[in-house]
Amino acid sequence: MKRYVYINDNESSHELYCDNRISNRKYTVLNFLPKNLWEQFSRFMNQYFLLIACLQLWSLITPVNPASTWGPLIFIFAVSASKEAWDDYNRYLSDKKANEKLVWVVRQGIRKHIQAQDIHVGNIVWLRENDEVPCDLVLIGTSDPQGLCYVETAALDGETDLKTRVIPSACMGIDFELLHKIKGVIECPNPDKDITRFDANLRLFPPFIDNDVCPLTIKNTILQSCYLRNTEWACGVAVYTGNETKLGMSRGIPEPKLTAMDAMIDKLTGAIFVFQIVVVMVLGIAGNVWKDTEARKQWYVQYPIEGPWYELLVIPLRFELLCSIMIPISIKVSLDLVKSLYAKFIDWDTEMIDYETGIPSHATNTAISEDLGQVEYIMTDKTGTLTENRMIFRRCCISGVFYGNESGDALKDTKLLNAVAGSSPDVVQFLTVMAICNTVVPIKSKTGAISYKAQSQDEDALVNAAAQLHMVYANKTANILEIRFNGSVIKYEVLEILEFTSDRKRMSVVVKDCQNGKIVLLSKGADEAILPYAYVGQQTRTFIEAVEQYAQLGLRTLCLACRELREDEYQEWSLLFKEASSTLVDREWRIAEVCQRLEHDFEVLGVTAIEDRLQDGVPETIETLRKAGINFWMLTGDKQNTAIQIALSCNFISPEPKGQLLLIDGKTEDEVCRSLERVLLTMRITSSEPKDVAFVVDGWALEIALKHYRKAFTELAILSRTAICCRVTPSQKAQLVELLKSCDYRTLAIGDGGNDVRMIQQADIGVGISGREGLQAARAADYSIGKFRFLKRLILVHGRYSYNRTAFLSQYSFYKSLVICFIQIFFSFISGVSGTSLFNSVSLMAYNVFYTSVPVLVSVLDKDLSEGTVMQHPQILFYCQAGRFTVSLPFLAFFPLLYNRASESEYICWMVWSIFVPCNCCVCDHHTCLCLREK
Amino acid sequence: MDTDRERHRARETAFYLFTQQSLPACKPVLTPGWVIAIFLFMGVIFIPVGLVTLRASHCVVEIVDRYDIDCVPEPSRMDKVSYIQDDSIPKNCSRFMKVHKYMKAPIYIYYQLDNYYQNHRRYVKSRSDKQLLDGQKYHDTSYCQPVESNNNRPIVPCGLIAWSLFNDTFEFIREGAELKVNRKNIAWKSDRGHKFGKNVYPFNFQNGTLIGGGKLNPEIPLSDQEDLIVWMRTSALPSFRKLYGRIEEDLDVDDVVVVNLMNNYNTYSFGGKKKLVLSTSSWLGGKNDFLGHACVFVGCSSLTLAIIFVLLHVKYRR
Repeated sequence: MKRYVYINDNESSHELYCDNRISNRKYTVLNFLPKNLWEQFSRFMNQYFLLIACLQLWSLITPVNPASTWGPLIFIFAVSASKEAWDDYNRYLSDKKANEKLVWVVRQGIRKHIQAQDIHVGNIVWLRENDEVPCDLVLIGTSDPQGLCYVETAALDGETDLKTRVIPSACMGIDFELLHKIKGVIECPNPDKDITRFDANLRLFPPFIDNDVCPLTIKNTILQSCYLRNTEWACGVAVYTGNETKLGMSRGIPEPKLTAMDAMIDKLTGAIFVFQIVVVMVLGIAGNVWKDTEARKQWYVQYPIEGPWYELLVIPLRFELLCSIMIPISIKVSLDLVKSLYAKFIDWDTEMIDYETGIPSHATNTAISEDLGQVEYIMTDKTGTLTENRMIFRRCCISGVFYGNESGDALKDTKLLNAVAGSSPDVVQFLTVMAICNTVVPIKSKTGAISYKAQSQDEDALVNAAAQLHMVYANKTANILEIRFNGSVIKYEVLEILEFTSDRKRMSVVVKDCQNGKIVLLSKGADEAILPYAYVGQQTRTFIEAVEQYAQLGLRTLCLACRELREDEYQEWSLLFKEASSTLVDREWRIAEVCQRLEHDFEVLGVTAIEDRLQDGVPETIETLRKAGINFWMLTGDKQNTAIQIALSCNFISPEPKGQLLLIDGKTEDEVCRSLERVLLTMRITSSEPKDVAFVVDGWALEIALKHYRKAFTELAILSRTAICCRVTPSQKAQLVELLKSCDYRTLAIGDGGNDVRMIQQADIGVGISGREGLQAARAADYSIGKFRFLKRLILVHGRYSYNRTAFLSQYSFYKSLVICFIQIFFSFISGVSGTSLFNSVSLMAYNVFYTSVPVLVSVLDKDLSEGTVMQHPQILFYCQAGRFTVSLPFLAFFPLLYNRASESEYICWMVWSIFVPCNCCVCDHHTCLCLREK
Repeated sequence: MDTDRERHRARETAFYLFTQQSLPACKPVLTPGWVIAIFLFMGVIFIPVGLVTLRASHCVVEIVDRYDIDCVPEPSRMDKVSYIQDDSIPKNCSRFMKVHKYMKAPIYIYYQLDNYYQNHRRYVKSRSDKQLLDGQKYHDTSYCQPVESNNNRPIVPCGLIAWSLFNDTFEFIREGAELKVNRKNIAWKSDRGHKFGKNVYPFNFQNGTLIGGGKLNPEIPLSDQEDLIVWMRTSALPSFRKLYGRIEEDLDVDDVVVVNLMNNYNTYSFGGKKKLVLSTSSWLGGKNDFLGHACVFVGCSSLTLAIIFVLLHVKYRR
């Protein structure tokens, strides 16, 4: 099936495809009641209560007034339904906001400002810089002469770097004015959710170019919810609209997370239900037998000789109703209520407000607080989570000379300052690369101060450091860069930008010096991407040493290099590059290949070292939480050495001899297998020793291990309390979380960036740090906090209290239901097993609601230990983690538990009979003080 | 300065403390000293209370006489059911009750039924409170099944409970003179005043083919039929006592009370027992040793525990 989109055809496609109205709503006003009821009744507990309530309408068998079940049932349903309705109303509001946003769309050849919901398939939509894309578009024009534009796809795939999109070749060179009148047809597949594929064809109608078919790929599209960046304007044809866009198709309601406690409660409910059936059957049989042997003799009961056909069922059903209170109807409401309070406590906590930014902590998911108290594994991101993600240029090594080693800050090193003042050519060249080899855009404010807009924190740090060393990147107009150095202005023309990709691990620019016309290639990148390509004869040993030394200090290193190009060499290459940039198949790979042709024979200028400082309190937090028995895994995209250094500096791993690091590496399956087995062996041996053993694995080896040696790797994951995974991709992070979850561990994932979103959503609990990389992680997470150190309080205080309170509350709910139920059961033995209720309806309802449910809600303020004690002795968390087992223990030992309850209610029963029942009878019999007083 | 003060004030509000989960709370720490003290205290409180209660219970004098078997003449004992169902045989019977201890007026007269399930579901449900209050004006007697109407006319009072009204009667003679028995005020005042109608008269009662228990005088309104009211307050246990009346004279030691009774009520078909009980009362009510025993037991266990803890504490002092 295909769809044909006629560009700018205002009539034909209106009826065929939906308009751009986005709807995330679950219900409409009409279907709300039936749909919501249907959803609620898909839960076993609700079905059960409905059955009970219906049975109670049969007056022959009901022991109590039906209102005692219908009342709470209707109340509970009303509460859940109004919560759903409120959520849906909020979704409606946000949809409405998106739908009513104004966009520029071409209508009858004129650009008009209309609401986003009125966009139809085939319309031409105009976007300005920083606009959100309202629907899936095929690009037909941009402000860039080469037809490029930049989009941020973070909302779609969580990647924060900018992606380039290009207009189809057929639209290349069409005049700005003519874009309004463009006509043509796009043949594209029906909507799907694959955001990496778009296999379509475009044919423009005359007079535009020719009627050749032009292939389209995902590169020619901009998808809904992306943002247009660094491009003045772009326009495109709407191909998918409304809920049929790629995002709309992939949007699913995330599965609600279930806590361990919830699962436990469900199991317990099931077990009690089974027990209840057994009780009902036993009592039902006993009742029928008693009826036939004894009750028929009792003339005052007047049992008919012949009963109706259902007579045998009546007594069991009566007991079913009597025992129905065994399953507490109030537990769901009580738990929902206290859980939302736990969440509020997290929101309110003034000790978890980040005073630097004023951001308080927030619990997005109100249902899983008690799981925080049961966390066993924490998977943490590094950059921005453990560190501040505020890059500061600290040291550098220029042509073998180390700067900043003494003071720890190269910007204050007089040696460097002198070299700058003396315009030492090496240093000047180095600073030039720092200043212009990037994609930073300088912005001049009205006062003349220059600020930089950078996509990457590292580039930002380098440009700022260069500016402080008097090499100021002052202005960029079109392709001309202006640099001020020691009072003089130097101009460069940017010829090409060879972008950074994670495969190439370096980026380069080709610039032409406007003074002397020399063409230079400037590069910066990871050491392994630069140093091997130095020109033959250059001594790179000092640079290698510098890189190692800086990595030891936990600094991020970049190597800077340059190469002078001959005019003809550049021209030749430039043609290749243009060709590669416009290929449709494997463009990225082709470009990388072409870049490789230029990026060699570098003259390595030096190494920069950038510090990413640890956040406050990170080592303490990690130490405390590890004492609490929580295992830490660090999953980072950074390189191995830096990751290990950071891990060391934040108590993540212990230095030798106390700690030991085991490396899993290798490029091929065999190598990985061998190293995995070796590590596993060491791990097994040392598991009994009091030694901190951690393993380190890189992305490549991890890929192989997860694919081919999953079993061995799982065993390793269970054995190891600490792990460092470097160079991992977002999907690998999610896979690791999945792996630990499959071993039945409670996992918590914490991160700050778009690349952590998948792991956060995958984990039992996702915590987002609302940091400098934006709010995506915080939005996707269950909890968002301002700083890593709040995690300690979140887990030890809020998690632990929530767990204890919920555990108490649910146990109490079952307890009180069982107690009253057993009194009823015992009473039935002395009331001729006929199913008489000892309590009347009002008392029963009051017992369930006022006496036992409402007062225990006060337990949300219950604290078994003070916050200070818990923080000082984090080991106490073991009890909560083990809670998985101790809570399930009564489940295994369920019958002994019931036995206890039984003897307890027997006792209560006995007390009641011995004191009150005689009293009661005595009241009737006028045997007690009560009656005496009455006379 | 002002904002500081405001912030300070905000920090003191109860709501702020609530949000920070730091409302003042007392957190008792159970040190050995406290535990021992609490147990000691419980022992000291409970034992005297238990003893006082026991004493009150012991002051109550109770005479119990089971008459259901002895009141059936020797020849009929093989088939008691047909004896009791045969209306032609006179059912009167005399019993002698010896007073073994001085009994101070008022002396309560109870009849006690054993193995009688007034708490049976079918039985408990078979009544109409509305009809008892409003009489025939209230038409819906479906609750009263299976004794709701006879000859297509409603029965007042309807239902199994009323139908099975206890109908043994007792007369008490001491030394040839009849003891005066007060049969008024034996039912709850609230029942007489609010549950049983003042203008409701028995109607069509015990007119059917099956006759259960006693009959009612159709001239007396339900609110004055105190035997019925007492009977209609169903008992929770299968063995129960119900008040019959009060003797308002003291009985001396070795007095012999002759009881002339009409043994009308059928408990023979299901093996129930009938007993006659004469009892005085104390401030605590009738004879009930349980409460006293329970208190003494709790008190003693607490004391024992306190002593054990003291010994343990002395032995394993830190």
